[in-house]
Amino acid sequence: MAKYTYSYYPGCSSQKGASSSNLMKSVQTMCEELDVELNEIPDWNCCSASIGYASGSELPRITLSARNIALSEQHNAGQTIVATCAACWLATREAAERLEHDPQLKAEADQALAEAGLKLENKTPIKHMAEVLVEDIGFDNIQAGVKKPLEGIKIAGYVGCQTNRPFGIHGESFENPVYLDKMIEAVGAESIPTYEKKVQCCGGALAFSEPEKSQEMIKGIIEAAYDNGADMIATPCPLCQANVEIYQDQINEKYNTKFNMPVVYYSQLISVAYGRSASDAALDGQLIPAKKLEEIAKK
Amino acid sequence: MSDLNKRMIEKYRNDFLKEVEANVEEGEWVKMCMQCGVCSGSCPLGKHWAHPPQEIFMMIRAGKREEVLTSDSMWMCTSCYNCIVRCPRELPITHIMHGLATYSKKLGLVPKGQPTATFAEIFWNNMMKKGRVNELKLGLSLYFKDGFGQGIKNAMANQKLGMAMMKAKRMSPAEFFGGHGIKDTTGLQKMIKKAQELEEARMKKFD
Repeated sequence: MAKYTYSYYPGCSSQKGASSSNLMKSVQTMCEELDVELNEIPDWNCCSASIGYASGSELPRITLSARNIALSEQHNAGQTIVATCAACWLATREAAERLEHDPQLKAEADQALAEAGLKLENKTPIKHMAEVLVEDIGFDNIQAGVKKPLEGIKIAGYVGCQTNRPFGIHGESFENPVYLDKMIEAVGAESIPTYEKKVQCCGGALAFSEPEKSQEMIKGIIEAAYDNGADMIATPCPLCQANVEIYQDQINEKYNTKFNMPVVYYSQLISVAYGRSASDAALDGQLIPAKKLEEIAKK
Repeated sequence: MSDLNKRMIEKYRNDFLKEVEANVEEGEWVKMCMQCGVCSGSCPLGKHWAHPPQEIFMMIRAGKREEVLTSDSMWMCTSCYNCIVRCPRELPITHIMHGLATYSKKLGLVPKGQPTATFAEIFWNNMMKKGRVNELKLGLSLYFKDGFGQGIKNAMANQKLGMAMMKAKRMSPAEFFGGHGIKDTTGLQKMIKKAQELEEARMKKFD
């Protein structure tokens, strides 16, 4: 029996061959090391993210998340739902809260769920993987298992928006959360607690529909990391990771910059610090290689 | 003008605030705005809004129905939730902006070619097909939204990025032929159809 057991909602972008499959792989590695068992919610569906709202107005959108919660309650009874994607976590938690506070909406969602033969109790706590690390496992326990401290790497902790707002991690500030910095320190790297863009928006889904407006913001996020002497950026959010990493060529072209800043996940940091290989930590999923992490993984 | 739009103009006459309260997600909060402007100053894309949220709230109360519902503004929302956590009266501003955008779409009032509105629709339809997002097809649909010629241009411009994503195994050509999906697509689609019907019925209730 694993020490910690959760019902796992990986989300669309974490699937094989999808944009954050490297998050999924490194999370699995990290969870093996931390003795965390993740039981995937069978047949989970998309939460419609933060862009589905215009076509999937309130009830349809909330019903999507209600289906996932109902499936989790049916198949992984009694287990807290854990999501690794900021949007998945937010949508699921938002749906659960709104259904709890609005009996009419709940009655309608129940009717819709019945069409798929499902029943929602809505009694399941919903957590982000960062909450599992901070609240259930704790920084001391994370630090205790480190085999290869990430010495000599300076990392800008980029929390982004939706892991931080509107729910965030309990006890953290919306303007200047410090848990990611603490996590970076716990694995032996150097954090930048004053990194001024740690909660700056990267444009989210608008990086696709409004690339110019979004890339202007992304530029600021990367620039501030360089200004603070960072070797790389680390983030908990799959869309933040993709947006900040993959458009650097396009930004360089437009703004005449020379950005080549690796953007990794906290789960990759922990995997490497726990002695796992570059491949287990999904470092081969980087578009901009995180060389300093690769070197430690090779040692 | 769409039928629904005509019906709503008839029904609410000169009371746009009442219409918003009845038909827009979290719209009942609009009257609580005290015009402090923190939301407008907190928005990462604030400078691109023709009417920032604070202004939208006042315009709703002033009955500026057409100006609000045909505005490009609420489509600038990136869902960063900065306005929500900073609003001194704790208004769910992000949701109200989403709600206004959605309502405008239902009434057929979105400015033509608004890119985020187009993308939102592509995203929803993509996801509803198999219950999960097909990222490859999502990207391609976005490239080709303005026709074939522009689509090829867009695809060429992003070719290097696409190749890099495939090399990193973060994009898969296999997604073009099928790809990820859920088992109970029929159940999911029936469920969403029902939810849409119930929501529509609620809007029509006091006809």
